Amino acid sequence: MSNRLLTEIAGLKLANPTMLAAGILGMSGLSLKRVAEAGVGAVITKSMGLKPRIGYANPTLVQVNCGILNAMGLPNPSIHHFVEEIDEAKKGGVPVIISVYGFSSKDFGEAARVAAETGADALELNVSCPHVERTGSEIGQNPQLVAEVVEEVKNVVDKPVFVKLTPNVADITEIAEAAVKAGADAITAINTVRAMAIDVETTRPILANRVGGLSGPAIKPIALRCVYEICREVKVPLIGCGGVTTWQDAVEFMLAGASAVQIGTAIAFEGLGVFKSIAEGINAYLEEMNFGSVKEIVGLAHRY
Amino acid sequence: MLAWLTDINRLRIVKIQDVKEENSTVKTFTFHDKYCADAVPGQFVMVWIPGVDEIPMSLSAIGADGVSSITVAEVGEATKMLRKKKAGEVLGVRGPYGNGFALTSGSVMIVGGGTGLTPLMPLAERLAELSAKIVFLVGAKTRDELFFLDKIETIVPEVTATTEDGSYGLKGIVTELAEQILEKQRFDMIYACGPEPMMLKMFLLAEQYNMPFQASLERYIRCGIGICGSCCIGEYRICRDGPVFSSEQLRKVRNEFGLFKREVDGKKVKF
Repeated sequence: MSNRLLTEIAGLKLANPTMLAAGILGMSGLSLKRVAEAGVGAVITKSMGLKPRIGYANPTLVQVNCGILNAMGLPNPSIHHFVEEIDEAKKGGVPVIISVYGFSSKDFGEAARVAAETGADALELNVSCPHVERTGSEIGQNPQLVAEVVEEVKNVVDKPVFVKLTPNVADITEIAEAAVKAGADAITAINTVRAMAIDVETTRPILANRVGGLSGPAIKPIALRCVYEICREVKVPLIGCGGVTTWQDAVEFMLAGASAVQIGTAIAFEGLGVFKSIAEGINAYLEEMNFGSVKEIVGLAHRY
Repeated sequence: MLAWLTDINRLRIVKIQDVKEENSTVKTFTFHDKYCADAVPGQFVMVWIPGVDEIPMSLSAIGADGVSSITVAEVGEATKMLRKKKAGEVLGVRGPYGNGFALTSGSVMIVGGGTGLTPLMPLAERLAELSAKIVFLVGAKTRDELFFLDKIETIVPEVTATTEDGSYGLKGIVTELAEQILEKQRFDMIYACGPEPMMLKMFLLAEQYNMPFQASLERYIRCGIGICGSCCIGEYRICRDGPVFSSEQLRKVRNEFGLFKREVDGKKVKF
């Protein structure tokens, strides 16, 4: 892959600006290694907490007309049972970022501490899952709670800390500013949009949890607006996430201010080759437009 | 609908057309769905039992007329509730998902254990259409657990059943019978579906006798579309890369196949 695509986020060196989004294929080390071998710039694990969670009953996922709706419910074996998987994931040769969640700032701190010890290259704090009570977006909708979580984590780990934000707020910049003020090294925007689907024949909500999060093309314009707005207010690197399916989507996010993009739902339709094809597409665009590096296009849309 | 969203992923509500009791614990439910009609033997559907659960089920028949079926044994709460459904009631289906079996002509051995028999039924039908010479072996613990034998007899001339207690057919386990046959006869392909230790044994026999092999594996499945990672074995996703795996692929997951699976919380545990 071309040197043009080399980028850096909070000290992490990426061969290209694509990342595997949290929650996607991140349950096992070998899955993460396979994604790494498919050409991704960095991988993020499923969100890990302090205790094992089985998540919600099925249906945990359903396709709607404009994207995918899911409510997995944060299933995970706990960070303590993830050490062996991380060792395997690291053999993929790309940075491994561990996503963590907790039900309090203390939980977040402890999960992050263990994650850092297992060899995470960076951490991503999930303060944005839209469908589990007392964690995720219930923390991420409150700037003060977000600041407490980030401070606690920064106190106990010396790895870069990304904070993944929820779009389910009135003003996402307020949350981003609170996270950065508390020490966040990068901001990921956005997690899924709280949503639901009802089957008309049985008159029932389809997801077992009734409410879940929407991902895919439907949320790309929302995610793009969030990145654009956050970019005006904070100085740390941003990572765009939400509906990235093509290289044009990725370039849009970068023009809005993202240094990299995360990809998840698109794997269902494009396969694992999506990372390589998006990276190649960005490279061809940069060449065509006479840019020497992907870093040069970050935030360009703000000139207007 | 956006081009990249697929019709097979849409949840369709289907009416149960017929319920057939195969034995005291196994029932077959037939329904009409045009996407299932195009399924490859070995593919599965995610079946929504409204208000209860959604579970992966292999198609036990793939009708060109659009009528397909699933065959259910009671193994937990979801299958218990599913088995109570009557003709006229509705289920949700999405799929068919996964790769399905690669078809071969020539001579084949098919080995089914327990409800692992289900995806092997449309496989045998399709292979018979291709004029394959089929040796079909069915294993069960006891006579009461056997089903589909009459149906298999209409498809293939040679079917042998084994029961561990000898209450029907040959006494013993099905892999022992398979081994006796493999000592004397070569096959162009061996297909297996059943309890994973049984499939591991068949894989090892196929390796020993140097014959190609395919098995359909099972894990806890959530998304069905290859993104959540719940059903992984080694680097593979059962729902997307499988559920059918070749010898070549199984060699790559030798330290998990038949030995470990993942719990609902993702923890790796022994079988």
